[in-house]
Amino acid sequence: MSTNILDEVTTGDYKYGFTTDIETDIIPIGLSEEVIRLISTKKNEPEWMLEFRLKAYRHWLTMKMPEWAHLNIPVIDYQSISYYAAPRKNTPKSMDEVDPELIKTFNKLGIPLEEQMALSGIAVDAVMDSVSVKTTFKEALSEKGIIFCSFSEAVEHHPDLVQKYMASVVPYTDNFFATLNSAVFSDGSFVYIPKGVRCPMELSTYFRINASNTGQFERTLIVAEEDSYVSYLEGCTAPMRDENQLHAAIVEIVALKNAQVKYSTVQNWYPGDKDGKGGIYNFVTKRGICKGANSKISWTQVETGSAITWKYPSCILLGDNSSAEFYSVAVTNHHQQADTGTKMLHIGKNTKSHILSKGISAGFGQNSYRGLVKVNPAAENARNFSQCDSLLLGDKCGAHTFPYMEVNNDSAIVEHEATTSKINEDQIFYCNQRGISTEDAVGLIVNGYAKEVLNQLPMEFAVEAQKLLQITLEGSVG
Amino acid sequence: MLQIKNLHASINGKEILKGLDLTVRPGEIHAIMGPNGAGKSTLASVLSGNQAFEVTKGDVSFYGKNLLELSPEDRSREGIFLSFQYPVEIPGVSMVNFMRTAVNEHRKYKNLEPISATDFLRMMREKKELVEMDNKLANRSVNEGFSGGEKKRNEIFQMAMLDPRLSILDETDSGLDIDALRIVANGVNKLKRTDNASIVITHYQRLLDYIIPDFVHVLYDGRIVKSGGKELALELEERGYDWIKQEVDAK
Repeated sequence: MSTNILDEVTTGDYKYGFTTDIETDIIPIGLSEEVIRLISTKKNEPEWMLEFRLKAYRHWLTMKMPEWAHLNIPVIDYQSISYYAAPRKNTPKSMDEVDPELIKTFNKLGIPLEEQMALSGIAVDAVMDSVSVKTTFKEALSEKGIIFCSFSEAVEHHPDLVQKYMASVVPYTDNFFATLNSAVFSDGSFVYIPKGVRCPMELSTYFRINASNTGQFERTLIVAEEDSYVSYLEGCTAPMRDENQLHAAIVEIVALKNAQVKYSTVQNWYPGDKDGKGGIYNFVTKRGICKGANSKISWTQVETGSAITWKYPSCILLGDNSSAEFYSVAVTNHHQQADTGTKMLHIGKNTKSHILSKGISAGFGQNSYRGLVKVNPAAENARNFSQCDSLLLGDKCGAHTFPYMEVNNDSAIVEHEATTSKINEDQIFYCNQRGISTEDAVGLIVNGYAKEVLNQLPMEFAVEAQKLLQITLEGSVG
Repeated sequence: MLQIKNLHASINGKEILKGLDLTVRPGEIHAIMGPNGAGKSTLASVLSGNQAFEVTKGDVSFYGKNLLELSPEDRSREGIFLSFQYPVEIPGVSMVNFMRTAVNEHRKYKNLEPISATDFLRMMREKKELVEMDNKLANRSVNEGFSGGEKKRNEIFQMAMLDPRLSILDETDSGLDIDALRIVANGVNKLKRTDNASIVITHYQRLLDYIIPDFVHVLYDGRIVKSGGKELALELEERGYDWIKQEVDAK
């Protein structure tokens, strides 16, 4: 045990009267004000950040876990979870030590070797000159005045921006999981695009390499100033394993006048084995606000992982003429459950929203679309179009659609379309007869079905996401 | 190339083929005719490997290989093509993407590199002309919204793309008007060579005015009960199937 860690832990103890076994470097399980103080201390946070966390924690104590979702959630004992992500131990030293199954999947996805190493948890410094990569990115971005850093760094170096925008879209009282995140969040990303700047690159590659250890309570904040543009990609097509079963992230987006933010997610957390054992519970709160006139936010998500997904990337259309889009593909195979969709809240005049949701269920998977379109009385000429399609593979899975609409302005036009279809054996046999194997046939059909959503992804990810859909559904037909 | 010996096959426990024998050599066109329920389409399904049918007895060899041991996709890659009676629609999958996948699977089976985009598009263009297929059809999803005639033309187009050694045309004439019939038959005739063969399954003699068979077989109650030249088809057209039924039942 190094003396540094010893120092850290003992310092923490003394300062806050918190005791722990110095031999283990694991803070006791459970959640209390002491634990939150300890997290804040370990992250060297200023007083205001700690106050925010404590406020959230105290509020969380008054809340109950939501039960309205079409999900079968096992009882979660919040006092049996460790809320401080200690650095990973036993990280592999080379690719020889990595699970061959994982490497096989990497290769199927066509992920470059360097990224494979990083994703397997091999120390990045050991395999590539990560410092120079980071520096190149940082230089290109900082020339334009763009800030792109970890949330912790932002708290330290840009406290004014963080204080101004954090929790301005998702308040700490928002919902059970968001409040929990506000109390204990580990880290995440911060993006700030200054006025009139178009971010010159997809904020993706850099993130993929660095995101493998962001932990279970991520927090991301993206602020796009007037007339700016950014495309941001979170997540990874590679299978992400994590010892922490409960994940509760927050993403907040603020788009000011004429700003455009495109946010893409590929979520592939460990879904559990084919009998439904293990797997991540993913309870995410994502919300953006089109604060200024003519602003635009677009969410694209490909959800293939996690045992349970509870996620509704939403938009508040406050600025006049602002618009929002939501494109989603959610796959549930084996015993996975997903309850996902979006909320579009029309407040400004001439606001537009477009929803396209594609659910795919296989095995015993349960897939629900849940969406709310709300038009406020002042939202003259609001437009919404929603399309929710479900595709079933097999007869033991389920697809459900829960569209909610609250229209309080007569000039609004709100449309909803839904379809359900099934891959049948005749289609598979037709493909077989042309020389296409059953698995490739399923991949072809599923990707055809999800095409409109996948087309929204940045180019290199669209290709990986296609392969990912096919791999996720391997063995689900036949 | 193809030898079928004493083939028995059933679906849901009901025996449909009851000892069928047939030999096909390169360069030949065989017509299989027969009344409804004789087992014509079952033969097509069994040869192409449709899992809904169970082969209970008999052998099928294709160029010396035991066909019954091959998966449907490997039978296709070995050169067996089935033109479906009812081609299915596959929404969202463009014809271009579908055909490129199929062609490349066939090439992979022969240890060839995937076809280049240029070569593929040229091939598409050439083969489309063969069945006078609309350019737009190729960009649409597989069979989605195609008319009956377009679907059948699309089958022959795919046949041209995959260049099979043995093609089985299952009731390709059904639902076709006379113009579409001519186009489809023209396509088949143009694809005929001395090193490939066809089995043409049909109800009516009409198609055989356009595709001239070398042999005509009558399938009745799961067996081939009569074989002859193209004149047999005309006789069937004139006299119907009852006399054959009587002949068989008398034995």
